[in-house]
Amino acid sequence: MPSTKMAPAPFSLPASPLINMATATSGTTSVRFAHAPPPFRAVCALPLTKMAPRPPHRRHFVGAEFPSPQLPGSKMALASVLRAELAEFSPNFPKNFPKNFPKNFPEDFPDDSEGIPEILRDPPGPPRVLAAPPWGFEAEPEGPGLQILHGTTTLAFKTPHGVTVAVDSRATAGSYIASQSVRKVLPIGGRMLGTMAGGAADCAFWQRLVARQCRVQELRNKEPVSVAAASKLLANLVYQYKGLGLSLGTMLCGWDKRGPGLYYVDSEGQRVAGAAFAVGSGSSYAYGVLDRGLAAAARSEEAACELARRAIAQAAHRDAYSGGCVRVMHVGPEGWREVSHHDIAELQEKYLE
Amino acid sequence: MLSTAGCGLSLPEAGYGLEAPVQHHRFSPYTFNGGTVLAIAGEDFCIVASDTRLSEGYSIHSRDSPKCYKLTERTVIGCTGFHGDCLTLTKIIEARLKMYKHSNNKTMTTGAIAAMLSTILYSRRFFPYYVYNIIGGLDEEGKGAVYSFDPVGSYERDNFKAGGSASAMLQPLLDNQIGFKNMQNVEHVPLTLEKALQLVKDVFISAAERDVYTGDALKICIVTKDGIKEQTIQLRKD
Repeated sequence: MPSTKMAPAPFSLPASPLINMATATSGTTSVRFAHAPPPFRAVCALPLTKMAPRPPHRRHFVGAEFPSPQLPGSKMALASVLRAELAEFSPNFPKNFPKNFPKNFPEDFPDDSEGIPEILRDPPGPPRVLAAPPWGFEAEPEGPGLQILHGTTTLAFKTPHGVTVAVDSRATAGSYIASQSVRKVLPIGGRMLGTMAGGAADCAFWQRLVARQCRVQELRNKEPVSVAAASKLLANLVYQYKGLGLSLGTMLCGWDKRGPGLYYVDSEGQRVAGAAFAVGSGSSYAYGVLDRGLAAAARSEEAACELARRAIAQAAHRDAYSGGCVRVMHVGPEGWREVSHHDIAELQEKYLE
Repeated sequence: MLSTAGCGLSLPEAGYGLEAPVQHHRFSPYTFNGGTVLAIAGEDFCIVASDTRLSEGYSIHSRDSPKCYKLTERTVIGCTGFHGDCLTLTKIIEARLKMYKHSNNKTMTTGAIAAMLSTILYSRRFFPYYVYNIIGGLDEEGKGAVYSFDPVGSYERDNFKAGGSASAMLQPLLDNQIGFKNMQNVEHVPLTLEKALQLVKDVFISAAERDVYTGDALKICIVTKDGIKEQTIQLRKD
């Protein structure tokens, strides 16, 4: 996929006090984070992120937070996941709880973010709980660390019946196959699916957070959230962490009031709508099979699923880092369902005769 | 370790030509303390086993440092990797378990502990806990459950998993013996507790033969509906 330059973000990123990095590092001893972090399970290689300007010095909080000055435009992010359950255990909890908390909680609760009680509101910017070690950190630590290829193949394409999604199930840590049975499709609500490529933990975590956001939005607006909105939420969430080393390449597939919806979102900040995508180290091989059969696949759902299965099998055949089994799912107007689940070894006997 | 570069007079301006290349020895917050953990889930039991060797580089710090930690009456966690992070992580998990118990008046289930551990690990996404975790226990229906993690919180439920320094040696053996992978015309018999225990002992004896960081003793925790029983078996100490 050609990388597109992101337009300046439409929302205003919260202004955090930027410490001049020169003065910050001159005072501290030169301890740099040299040892690569442990190799963690990844599902695909994405283009390496360029080194972003180092983020300002952040304090490292563990556990309950002290309330911070509220700036407008605060974003729902990880801190609320951790802080919400730790709030009762904060030492300041009874004092902090706002005095004008509405007595009839559900009815009087104002809809905008300014009405949310301070204790539940999020501080601006990427949450401090995800902060770096005090001596700073690099997006790409030196050494063999994160440069290793990981592998996956995921694909999705639109048809008049809905969106067909197919994924493999291999997760690698370096050249070790950590698992052959990873679920790389994550449900977001009952009507949307998100695929997983890149860092497994990143994909699982952020998609779960987006699912939570979508649910809240659904409850507020009394209608299912659109694929465009969900993908925008995810893109905006990960854009805050751009350059910090997140690795995420996901496709959001769903059916909303505009019909089938398919968006590709990645940790570089890209968010594009399209009719067909293949993501991962095996994506080139999958595109070869996919593009050839797309016109015919529009005929029926079975044809579409068979095409998807074949494309993944071809990618698993040629790409060493894809394999395991093929899972084909379909998202239609009534929601998503799993169509089939085949071991690639069996499929290859069938296709390569 | 301090750098000994440039012994003797090596002022660049002196021009003696004795300057050694300046070595920047950076502080690394991590070290690898070795160890292997294994968990097997059965129909109504779960086994979590670990060796008890704590090493660093070429040295052995302790021969009696087991890596299984009991969390609840039905859940055991095995943590290998960097011992400092293992200790802190288990402290945090135990604190969160107590908080849950006080707020909700019930013990956390194995699946809930796994989900919670995932968020705890991800909260340190940019400075990870260098720990490879495997949780073993009984789920709400009484069946064995094994959850394996990577250092930043990606997790998955399995039937069996090996983690730690000898994981790449043990996992294929378990795939073959318990998962019946790559075997044809074999009857898939369900795993009994006795067979699982024998397999665990054999597998660790093999690991101790070929992995320097595994050895000394093997501690096995058997989780059943009657509670957690422990066994210790001696391994090679060399």
